[in-house]
Amino acid sequence: MPDEKPTAETALHILIVDQNVMRASILEEGLREAGYSRVTILREMKNLMRRIVDLDPDVIFIDLENPNRDVLEQMFQVSRSVHRPIAMFVDRSETDMIEAAVDAGVGAYVVDGLRKERVKAVLDMAVSRFNAFSKLREELDRARAALDERKLVDRAKGILMSSKGMSEEAAYALLRKAAMNENRRISEVAQSVVTAARLLK
Amino acid sequence: MNSASGVVVAGFIPLLDCAPLVAAAEKGFALDEGIDLTLVRETSWANIRDRLVVGHFDAAHMLGPMAVASTLGIGHLQVAMAAPMSLGLGGNAITVSLPLWETMQAAGAQEGASPQVQGRALRQVVNERERTGKPPLTFAMVYPFSCHNYELRYWLAACGIDPDRDVRLIVLPPPLLVDALREGQVDGFCVGEPWNSLAVAVGVGCILVATTAIWRLSPEKVLGLRREWTHRFPERTAALVRAIFRAGQWCQRAENHEELARLLSEQRYVGAPAHILLRGLSGKLPLAPGGEPRAVPDFYLPSRQTATFPWASHALWFYSQMVRWKQIEHSAASLAAVRETYRPDLYRSALAPLNITAPSLDMKVEGAPGAPDGFFDDRAFDPDQFESYLQQAL
Repeated sequence: MPDEKPTAETALHILIVDQNVMRASILEEGLREAGYSRVTILREMKNLMRRIVDLDPDVIFIDLENPNRDVLEQMFQVSRSVHRPIAMFVDRSETDMIEAAVDAGVGAYVVDGLRKERVKAVLDMAVSRFNAFSKLREELDRARAALDERKLVDRAKGILMSSKGMSEEAAYALLRKAAMNENRRISEVAQSVVTAARLLK
Repeated sequence: MNSASGVVVAGFIPLLDCAPLVAAAEKGFALDEGIDLTLVRETSWANIRDRLVVGHFDAAHMLGPMAVASTLGIGHLQVAMAAPMSLGLGGNAITVSLPLWETMQAAGAQEGASPQVQGRALRQVVNERERTGKPPLTFAMVYPFSCHNYELRYWLAACGIDPDRDVRLIVLPPPLLVDALREGQVDGFCVGEPWNSLAVAVGVGCILVATTAIWRLSPEKVLGLRREWTHRFPERTAALVRAIFRAGQWCQRAENHEELARLLSEQRYVGAPAHILLRGLSGKLPLAPGGEPRAVPDFYLPSRQTATFPWASHALWFYSQMVRWKQIEHSAASLAAVRETYRPDLYRSALAPLNITAPSLDMKVEGAPGAPDGFFDDRAFDPDQFESYLQQAL
């Protein structure tokens, strides 16, 4: 809603440090939909500290696979700067939040002095988006694996068709029958055919 | 199944000194104690801490000062840690870029020289840069609460270089250090192996000084556990300490170094070439590109003598440096909490069945006259005189 005046919450400057373009966009999109318009994505990791100081964010999200997380940890020690980010989780009552974040694979840093309630919604959003991304990635992996299997079966069919002079349907039926007899998956049988053909070449 | 047996998930960072954990898992020492040890490679120290805190990990290859910082709750959730053993001594070095090395040589630095000689040369370079209006040199270390940070700062300060004013200190993860040195993003760094030897091997850096020359027999990683976990699983804690202790002894023996280097070189562990890992293990390291290997005394000791004993004086020295560099304000309560983080009592009781004579004292003077340990500037750290040590340092 472009007409709406930004509230104090949505005016938070949120920085996403993530080299994974797709995940960063998914989080950014979610934050923008929720009305957080000041979202910056940082993909360049060189001179990270200086870039962050220049950007001066209120909240920082970083994926846990990123070794540069330790660079952010140094910011607790930079007492000279007024705007000082600290780790998100500084008291025992926030254990649930940290658990949810670590499970999802995201680390959070907020500027000292921000009220917990203000940040909670942003953090929840990041956690749910990271979880959504993991699910998406799993689906993609599955889809890719299925595609690879199909290619393998096609190659095995081609080998059978040319070496035994059979039709495509007959080749497929033969693969399926062998799979059923040997209690293996059709892609495994196809792999054996492809390997055998390569060895016999 | 008794409470000693069970699954233990341990996080580690790909560094040479994760060796005792890898050996415990791979060479049967964990299984001998009824422990199914699963190792998980991590990418940052912050992840190690967080995943230990939330219970993804039961144990961790942890920076000694990180266990202390977590107990004190500096900058993060306060969770009491227990360090029932050290994972060995030494293994770090300070490496500088070739351009800085050349300038330092002109100022009197020499390959393999003492920390005093190298420090004097560096100070001259630092002063000259200031005089000619050049930006301060940048040094990297791996974590704010690390031996690397404190050893680097201690050496700089003792050589008359203010680590907060005369140079710039930044944190960079080890895998990025060699490139940062090559590209001139940093002028030097303090890190554990294999990263110093890798910088030398690819021809972008010179090992200036091993930190064992700055603090002889200095501690490094500990076995980090949540204190609450040691209460819930006292027997498993003891079994784990025994397994890693015996694994450390295996790692210490020279005849096992080739096998260990091959094991660690696997991608799921450290993932660096075995011949590079062997440099740190053998303590014979080429210090400059193309140089002959030099024997560095006591460079890395996974187990020799009392190398795995968790001296509470180590924890207190880390704490003294946290206060010195203004990471925390000193209080009697903090001092007591630090003291309780290192657990020589757990070490002794765990090793009792192995007939190991562990030290009977929990603390020692670091650098007592004539002792093999101690600091290069001959200042002793007497943990019983903590306040006066602090006064002198501040």
